[in-house]
Amino acid sequence: MSHATTTITPPATAAPTTTAVAGPPATRFGRDTGLVLVRELRPVVRDPFSLVFGLVQPLFFLALFGPLLVGSLGGTDVLGGDVWLWFVPAILVMTTLFGTSGTGANLQIEITSGSHERMLVTPMSRSAMLVGRALKEVVPVAAQGLVVVLVMLPFGMRPNPVGVLLTLGQLAVLGVGVGAFSYALALAVRQQEWMFWAVQQTVLFPLMLLSGMLLPLETGPAWMRAVSYADPLRYVVDAARELFAGDLASATVWRGWLAAVLTAAAGLAVGVRAMRRSVG
Amino acid sequence: MIRTRGLTKDFAVGRNETVHAVRGITLDVEPGELVAVLGPNGGGKTTTLRMLTTLLAPTSGTAQVAGHDVVTHPERVRAAIGYVGQGSGAGTYQQVRDELVMQGRVHGMDRRAAGRRADELLEALDLAPQARRKVESLSGGQRRRLDVAIGLVQAPPLLFLDEPSTGLDPHNRANLWEHVLRMRADAAAAGRPMTIVLTTHYLDEADTMAERVVVVDHGQVIADDTADALKSDLAGDRVLLRAVSPGQVPALAALAERAHGTRSVSVDDAGTDVVTVRSADGARAVPELVRAADAAGLVLAGVQVVRPTLDDVFLALTGRSLRETAIDAGAPESSTESSTETTEKEVA
Ligand SMILES: Nc1ncnc2c1ncn2[C@@H]1O[C@H](COP(=O)(O)OP(=O)(O)OP(=O)(O)O)[C@@H](O)[C@H]1O
Ligand SMILES: [Mg+2]
Repeated sequence: MSHATTTITPPATAAPTTTAVAGPPATRFGRDTGLVLVRELRPVVRDPFSLVFGLVQPLFFLALFGPLLVGSLGGTDVLGGDVWLWFVPAILVMTTLFGTSGTGANLQIEITSGSHERMLVTPMSRSAMLVGRALKEVVPVAAQGLVVVLVMLPFGMRPNPVGVLLTLGQLAVLGVGVGAFSYALALAVRQQEWMFWAVQQTVLFPLMLLSGMLLPLETGPAWMRAVSYADPLRYVVDAARELFAGDLASATVWRGWLAAVLTAAAGLAVGVRAMRRSVG
Repeated sequence: MIRTRGLTKDFAVGRNETVHAVRGITLDVEPGELVAVLGPNGGGKTTTLRMLTTLLAPTSGTAQVAGHDVVTHPERVRAAIGYVGQGSGAGTYQQVRDELVMQGRVHGMDRRAAGRRADELLEALDLAPQARRKVESLSGGQRRRLDVAIGLVQAPPLLFLDEPSTGLDPHNRANLWEHVLRMRADAAAAGRPMTIVLTTHYLDEADTMAERVVVVDHGQVIADDTADALKSDLAGDRVLLRAVSPGQVPALAALAERAHGTRSVSVDDAGTDVVTVRSADGARAVPELVRAADAAGLVLAGVQVVRPTLDDVFLALTGRSLRETAIDAGAPESSTESSTETTEKEVA
């Protein structure tokens, strides 16, 4: 995500200043973030089944790609001992990526219908409009991740429970970042809506394949391995695999945290900027 | 309350095409005024409102709204205004009451006050039965009422309504205006005059509701006065004289030309027996016209005085009719209008 959205700069218009009228800006920001977060979560909580649709694609990968993986690389030591402990963490990252990178479409609906415009004409903090939305991503990410893990238990996968929780935490942070980028994208292309999915798909697949999510990078060409170091997902995928295996604080895991936090920070910065400039 | 000077907005569309949506609007609105902005589709009404509500940065010109500049202090403007846009403000996947409460909370009300206000508005705008429904399940008119309710939550000192009543049935239109006017009267009684700027395509609505009508066409204000003044200054009454035979029409037209207060005389097509006289004061012109016709030995089959509508004003200003340009989902207004505005006088 990071690569694409930085190249799309929103049109330069007079950026509104952010002096809040009621109360100091920080209070206003905190309060408004809470309001936005609750508003965004309501439809999810009232209709939790909607989250299941986000699982369709990852579950197909588990069901129809997993066996191929076992068949072709299962006997070798390329994937470590247990294929599922190698593949399921990656599927969790994939779930996070698919879900959160498309979330800007929700904002797009609000922009088209006029409800975003209605919010913009209130004194609500612009940053809160973005941050509240991005924070909401934590809930679907954690819920969907948990479902994937539970689905795999009957198939004999035995991950480290603490490692699973830490993975979900790391993915939640990553999800906030990717979600923020997705909202930034929706705001940047609000005049040409079709661009949203075009850009999302264009960015999503290289990031996914270069992270070593589906097949090990070790068997790929040298250039690919070199490029993969620029993909933040790669670090998160590697960290999740170690966490599932029970290695809770290795250097790889810390690199995963760093990648997730940096993605979140960059996403929020870009997103807040886009939201503040979304006048016009 | 509003003060704009030479406000313009250009949109770049395509590679080298520019739409001059608003071309220099200078407007002053005093606190407590109720102003209707009227104009054809694409006239620039929404664009103007979007600049005044801080949604669009003006290309040039200045605007002070509620005492603050829209470009330098947008957040202060936003705290002082309510806005019901032409689109739908309510979130598609949200519940009706939640959206009202949310709006109150955003404007600084605590949970309880926001809840109370939400229930009040649900009641007032006939939405109580839908309180727990998802917005996407509402009918078009219900959704529009919710949009308006959301704009009214904080009882703002300045309210912008962009086609608030489009899509409402007559009962709900009346109900909506009754509520808005009551709110405005309450605010005025409490010493907090409420200013309202609305756009509408329902000409009768602008006519009866607004104390001041601003006509916008091609991004410019082409008229600005009370509805009555606009009508008598720009359009005038229409007196229709029906001759007993088409043969008497030319003589009747000539006679009408000389009558007091006549502005213009027209005969629609050849073969018709009706002469249309535009007159400053139709009611006064009739007796004179009848006497003159009598004296000339012409027999009148009927006389009709038609009070002008705002559409006649627009026609007089631009040579186009709003009815033809502003094709609107709500056709019913045309029939109400012509029937209420027409007074028949039969002459024996
Ligand atoms: N975002 C935009 N980009 C390009 N052109 C625009 C944009 N918004 C409005 N316009 C153009 O500006 C002109 C004025 O539009 P506006 O929406 O202000 O009209 P309006 O008076 O509100 O019309 P209506 O009665 O149909 O609501 C139109 O020609 C319209 O096509
Ligand atoms: Mg409009």
